[in-house]
Order: sequence, then C-alpha cells, then structure tokens
Amino acid sequence: MSATRVAVLRFPGTLDHESAAKAVQAVGGDPVFTHHMDTELPDGATAVVIPGGFSYGDHLRPGALASRTPILGAVKRHAADGGRVLGICNGFQILCESGLLPGVLRPNASLQFICRQADLEVADPGTPWTGGRLAGEVMSVPFKHHDGAWFGDPGESRVVLRYKGENPNGSIDKIAGITNLAGNVMGLMPHPEEACDPLLGSVDGRALFAALLA
Amino acid sequence: MGDSGKPLFQELGLLESEYDRVVKLMGREPTDPELVMFSLMWSEHCSYKHSKPLLKGFPTTGKRVVMGPGENAGAVDVGDGLAIVFKVESHNHPSAVEPFEGAATGVGGIVRDIIAVGAKPIALLDSLRFGPLSSQRSRFLFRRAVEGIGHYGNCIGIPNVGGEVQFDDRYEDSCLVNAMCVGIVPQDRILSCAAKGIGNRLVLIGNRTGRDGIGGASVLASAELGDDDADKRPSVQVGDPFTERKLIDCCMAMSEAGLLVALQDLGAAGLTSAASEMASRGGVGLAIDLDRVPLREQGLAPGEVLVSESQERMLAIVEPGTVQAVKDMAERFELDATDIGEVTGTGELEALWRGEEVVRIPSLYLTDDVPFYDVPQDAAPANQPIDIHTVPEATDLAAAWLSLMSDPNVASKRWIFQQYDQLVGAGTVRRPGGDAGVVLIPGTNRAIAVTLDCAEWHCELDPRAGGQASVLEAARNVACTGALPIASTDCLNFANPEKGSTGWRLAEAIGGMAEALTAIDAPIVSGNVSLYNESPRGPIFPTPVVGIVGLLEDASKSVGAAFGRHGDQILLVGYGEPRLDASRQLGRCEGLPPAPDLAKEQALITLLVTAAEKGLMESAHDVSEGGFAVALAESCINGDIGADVTIPKGRRADEAMFGEGGGRVIISCHPDNVAAIQGLATGGITATVIGEVGGDDVLVTIGGSTTQVPRSQLREVWEGAIPQALEA
Repeated sequence: MSATRVAVLRFPGTLDHESAAKAVQAVGGDPVFTHHMDTELPDGATAVVIPGGFSYGDHLRPGALASRTPILGAVKRHAADGGRVLGICNGFQILCESGLLPGVLRPNASLQFICRQADLEVADPGTPWTGGRLAGEVMSVPFKHHDGAWFGDPGESRVVLRYKGENPNGSIDKIAGITNLAGNVMGLMPHPEEACDPLLGSVDGRALFAALLA
Repeated sequence: MGDSGKPLFQELGLLESEYDRVVKLMGREPTDPELVMFSLMWSEHCSYKHSKPLLKGFPTTGKRVVMGPGENAGAVDVGDGLAIVFKVESHNHPSAVEPFEGAATGVGGIVRDIIAVGAKPIALLDSLRFGPLSSQRSRFLFRRAVEGIGHYGNCIGIPNVGGEVQFDDRYEDSCLVNAMCVGIVPQDRILSCAAKGIGNRLVLIGNRTGRDGIGGASVLASAELGDDDADKRPSVQVGDPFTERKLIDCCMAMSEAGLLVALQDLGAAGLTSAASEMASRGGVGLAIDLDRVPLREQGLAPGEVLVSESQERMLAIVEPGTVQAVKDMAERFELDATDIGEVTGTGELEALWRGEEVVRIPSLYLTDDVPFYDVPQDAAPANQPIDIHTVPEATDLAAAWLSLMSDPNVASKRWIFQQYDQLVGAGTVRRPGGDAGVVLIPGTNRAIAVTLDCAEWHCELDPRAGGQASVLEAARNVACTGALPIASTDCLNFANPEKGSTGWRLAEAIGGMAEALTAIDAPIVSGNVSLYNESPRGPIFPTPVVGIVGLLEDASKSVGAAFGRHGDQILLVGYGEPRLDASRQLGRCEGLPPAPDLAKEQALITLLVTAAEKGLMESAHDVSEGGFAVALAESCINGDIGADVTIPKGRRADEAMFGEGGGRVIISCHPDNVAAIQGLATGGITATVIGEVGGDDVLVTIGGSTTQVPRSQLREVWEGAIPQALEA
C-alpha cells in the first residue's frame, strides 16, 4: 500500500513548507507541494497542511490574502466532506480568515514577535490531534509569531491545546489551538513541525501530523 | 557644478586628485552619469581603497576552501559534495540614520550575497554595538534595529541562531549593525558573478528601481556622521522582505534548473557596482539599455537609475535561448524579470538612455584602477598592566556578582533573540543564548556551529593581541559546541583610516587576526570593511567582528552550555590567569589584558572537539565577559540546577571570580569521564576538577571563604537587566 498523500500548501511567502513536508514524511505520509493558484488538491490527497510563514508578506492582515486564493476553494470542499486540515501559525490565521475556523488572531499583547519553547496542555482529549494524550498532559512545542492571540467565542470551537503557565501572547483562555466543532479542521499557533526530530529537542509534534494519516 | 556651487565631483565625495585620475584614465571629461559611477565605485565602501593593501595579510587558502574572498561570499567544503557559503557585512551608517530600515536592509543585503552564489540561506547572525542603555537615543536605536532585523529575518524565513551585542559610550554616535548569513549549496552548482558568453543577455530580477538609497555607499558609508544626519535619511534604503523571500525561492529554482550563467546581487551602488563587477571578473563588457529598467517612479535621471540602491534586485547573465524560461519562472514566483542588455566583447560598460549613449567606461577603471592608499600609521604608546592595588577590592562578592550579572553587557540577551525566529527550517539544534548556534546541514547528519565575536576593549589597548583575542573567542565558542573551526569571515569596523591612530590599529588588528587564524587553520573566505565610524565626539573602538564556522561530523554529539545532571563533575579547562584589566568588573577600557597563547588555544580547541566526539562532556561554556563567576552562573541558570565549586585565589578573590583573559572553559561531565577528559589536556593546558553540579544555589569557595547565591536570584537580575533598562 502506498503512503497517504498529504497536500502541503505553498503561497508566496510561505516559509515552513519544507519542514512540514519533512514532518509528514517522519510519520509515514507522502507530502505533495500544492501551488496557491491551483483550483484542486493534488490527485489522491486525503489531507491538507497549511504551513506557517508570512503569506503575501502579511499585507492587509496575516492570512487575509491567502484565504482568498483559488486553492482555498478546494480546501473548503475537502473540509466540508470531512477531510482533515491542519493549519499551523500563518496556516491557522488563513483558516480563521477563510471562515473554516472561528475567531481571529490578534497581535501579541507585548506587540512583539516572540519565539520560544512552550508547554502545551491538552484541553480536549477527544479529538484525533493529540495522539490519545489525556486531558492535562503536556506537549513541548515551540511557538514563533507576532499575531498569535486568538480572540473569539471558545464555544464555537473545541479547544484542543492551551499554553501552560504564563499566557505568552494574550490569547483568550490561553488558547494555543482549536478545531471546528466537527473536529476535522485543526489550527494552532505553535509549530509542531519544529518538534518532530529528537535533535531539535522534542518529538511531541508528531501527533498532529499522524492525525492527518489516520 | 553641483547644486551647492561646489564642483560635482566634490559634492559626490571624490577628491580633486581622484577626479584628475578619472579624467586621465578616460582621456576626456566624464559625463555626469559616469562621474556618479566613479564616485560610488571608488568610495571606501565599494573599493576598500584604504584597507585592501592591508587585507592581503589574511590567510585565504586551505584544503576546505572552495571559493575565497572576491566573490559575493566565500565557500568551504563540508563533505558530500556540499559547500557552506557565508559572509558578514555591516550596515552601520544607515542604521545610525534610520535604525529599523537600516538594520532590516542590512539583513536583506547579506542574504542576497549568499543567494548570488546559488546557495540556500540556512542561518543568520548579528553583531551589534550601541551607546549605553541609559541614553534615550541608544535605547531607540537598539530597540528599532532589533525590530528591523527581526521583521526582515522572520519574514524571509531564515533562522537567527546567534550573535552578540555590547553597549558603550564610544558607540553612542556610531552604532554598529553587522549581519552574517550562512547558506548551503552543492559544490557543482556554485554560481560565480563573472559575466560570460558574448551575446548572452543581462536580466534584472526582482523589485522595480526607485530613488531610494541614491549615493548610499558614498554619502553614508564612507564619511563620518555629523549633525546633518537627518538630511541623509533619503539615502537609506527601504526593505521589502516579502519580495526578498520570493527572490530567494525564485533564484534557487532558477539555479536548480540550470538557467543561470552568472548571478550578482545589487547592493551598494546598485546596477553600477553589479554590472562592473560582473564585467571585470568575466573580462567582458556589458551594454545596458536604461530605458528597459522597470522604474517605480518617473523622472529618474540616468545616473540615478545606474546607482539606485533599491532593494531586492538581482542581476543575472542568461543565454539568449533561456531568457523566456527565466521570465516564466519569475512569473511563477510573482516577480519581474526584464532583459536589460547584453554581454559584449569590449570590456566596457555601456549605457543607453533615450537612445543615446550616456556611459562608456572600461569596467576595470571602476573596479581595479581604484586609487589605493596606504593608511598612515601612528603607533600608540604601549599600555601597561593595571596596578591591582589601585583597584578597590570588591569585598562583598555576592553583591558584586549580582551587580555584574545585571550589567547589560553581561546580562541575558533573551530580549533580543526571542524577537527572532530561531527555528524556521527545522534545523536549529542549538539556539541562541549558548556559545554558538548549531544548525543541521540539510540532508546529512552533520551540522555547523557558527558564532560572531569581537574583543574591542582588548583591540583598543593592544590591537594585535586584541585581533587575536577576537578570533580565538569565536573559535572557542564554536569548539565549545564540539565543532572544529574550519573557516572564517570578518567585518572590520574602524574609525577614520586617514588618521594615523586608526590606521595603525587597523593594521595591527589585521596582523593579529591573521596570526590567530593561521594558528587555528580557519582561513578568511569573505569579509567586509566599514570605516569612518567616527563622529565629532570621537572614534569607535577598533571593532573587528569575526565570524567562525565550525563543522560537527555528528550533529547528535553537539554540546550545550547548560549543566545537566546532579552529581556531574565540573572542570576548569584551559590556560591563563584571570586579570581585571579591561574586564567588565573593572568597567573601564584600561590596563593591558594578557595576550593569548596561540599554541595553547589550539590545544584547547583540540581537547573540546575530541571530548565532544567521544561523548565525554555534558556541557562546555567559554569564560568571557564577567569572568569565571558569570560563566558558572550562566551554566547553572540555563540548566536549572546549582553548582558548588572551589577555585584558586590568585592575586585576589574578586579577580579570581570576575577576572578575564586567557582561554578558559567550564566543562561538566559524568564522574566516569573525568579521567578521560584530563587525559586530553596536553600542550600546556590543564583540566582541573573544581566541584560538582547540584542543588539550587551557586557556591564558589576561594581561599576557604564561600560565596553563596540562590540561582533564582542570579537568574532574576540576569534576565531582567535589559528589559528593565529599556523601560527606563
């Protein structure tokens, strides 16, 4: 049986597509880079990753322009059919801008870009995205963003991950990652692709990529 | 005549003798655009006319050197047919005028140097100097420069893995912003900037050309700053990192597809410098049709198009049959690519404007017939070691320790590097805050370690030894991670070289650096010179920033600076007695720090690299600013664990704790590995067990008297110092 194909979207200004592809491979998937002007997902792709970066240079608002490109139409159809979508950092922003996830991501309370390792606490253990970890279990994953404070009504989503300890960016209820109510579209600000290799200090991020193949 | 009534050549920054040289070479009066081109290409920034004769002293060859100085960046062999490409460059004067854009475009410029070689950027570093944080202007410059570096670097997706910063009065008017970029390229895909193939096309890729940065190299970078700095603001370039990212992706794709004959970035002096260097290196001519250059605004004069420093532009030589493929590729990345001219056999740079020839200059006149100057050299009287009896003794060692930890020059630099993306690319094995950044070499299990360092106080007091110390601190930092230093780059930041006191320091520092680089076999493969860092209030310290790249054969064997396990043994390894001369504890650039011992430094590097290879060490951390006690505290704070050590008193307890100098490294290891590490201490260096890791506090016993400070207290002042200074 051939490996599951995973579309890794690439917009002008996307930065983490190669790391995301490496992470998909690390869990046994077959990543396929997908151009933003394409109108369909690649043949046979059963899941989608929207990697981080600065699509369109964050012009207008982070994720705003990318959310209006042709490929997002295909992603919306895929999600409506129950297909899994993982949006990381700028990918999370794109998912919120496109309406696939509720809420918005506002500038960090410090108004500064912040990059550091974080402990993420599993808030909702019932989604496929945290590898069967129990509520309260901790995953070590770094974050790096300027606009990462999620703002919205948590009741419109399922809160999957929260920052443990101090709130690093002013996010509502220390939210780090959410899914839609159906649970098939996941967005988070931290970078699980930077936590898939023991040399980088953590492999906790693999759970999120493994969920794409399930 | 220029607008000011002065002759145009003078307004452009050329001397009368230099203008006469232009007329003599050309055999006629130059046109205005030609004169503008000469003024920029013969500026210090582009020509190194005051420094080039001295730079010949650097070692530039070695078994790993694939491409040495003279190209856009140097390249060294790291195995598997791969080369690491790197260079450090200054953007000091623009940053002093407009810190955000100045620092941001400094990053942009050095990154394009790397992609011009066909390499994929994998790491950034920066070395910064500002006035003290008690000064409002310095706080502004520092804050905005860091934001600018972060904004640009984060947006283009290159991890920032290390750097350094110092604050001192001498940089109040002349801040320094140096940026280094490291890239990776298969050796058979290294691009040269040499134009080749008569009839080949000249293609300009990237941004449109505007009026920004006109005369940046001559007006800003090659003169002292003064009170009219605000008038120079239009000379500062404005960066667009989004376009730079597209340019990186596009150039990588073009290079992989084999579409490019040669590639060059447009930096200082814009099209003029790019075209003349490509022509001169290739021994060909280039004919440019200026009307084809896409402009951002109307009304530019031909001279302005030729020297505009608009950012995010590259110049490529392309075979005629490939031009369409290049344009198609650029379109896929949403960039412009425009055919603006061709390679000729004349050896001349020609430019057409509205159908008329406005420029015809043999390119060598611009690049090679520069008027080089031997700098005047007035040796300063030799300094004497400080008489320790004149230095009040710090009797409350705990208080002195905490005070030193909160000196912004010693304190944690987290406030800076947490604003940088340290990780993008999933290759950062060791992040900023340690001795050196460690980054995986993509597709292999090897890694590089990289750092930037400078010992400017030492350079001021004894420039030859200070030049050595700058190299050796960088080399030790790289070796502390377990990597073998293999090559280097440098950015020589000095004051006005036409003054003998600076000329002498420049010559001596280069001499010292060359000696140390030869001793550790880390040849210079690229570099940059920034002179005239001087204001009416005085010169900067001699600041030769050294970047060293080291190679780790097995990335999983890299070593960090943090203590790990309770019960690990702590060793002090190396040579030399600590001295208060020009130390952070003394707080003044006075005295005469001990000169480094090159043979012992090499022995220390060998010990560190071998011990890492054999997996003997849990941590290794260089003793530098603040001396032993600060290095020990850092290893404790970073490891979240205490330590208990005993060290010899030497002349005085405060000197033992906080004295600097020599080559000393604090190693921790499992008790079973102590003997093996000690067995590696040969060649005049020692490895002495001084205590063990454990507990919550940090204890140092000297002469039977113990200083004990809770780790949490050390951490609080060390991490809080810079944020607090900025809130003032």
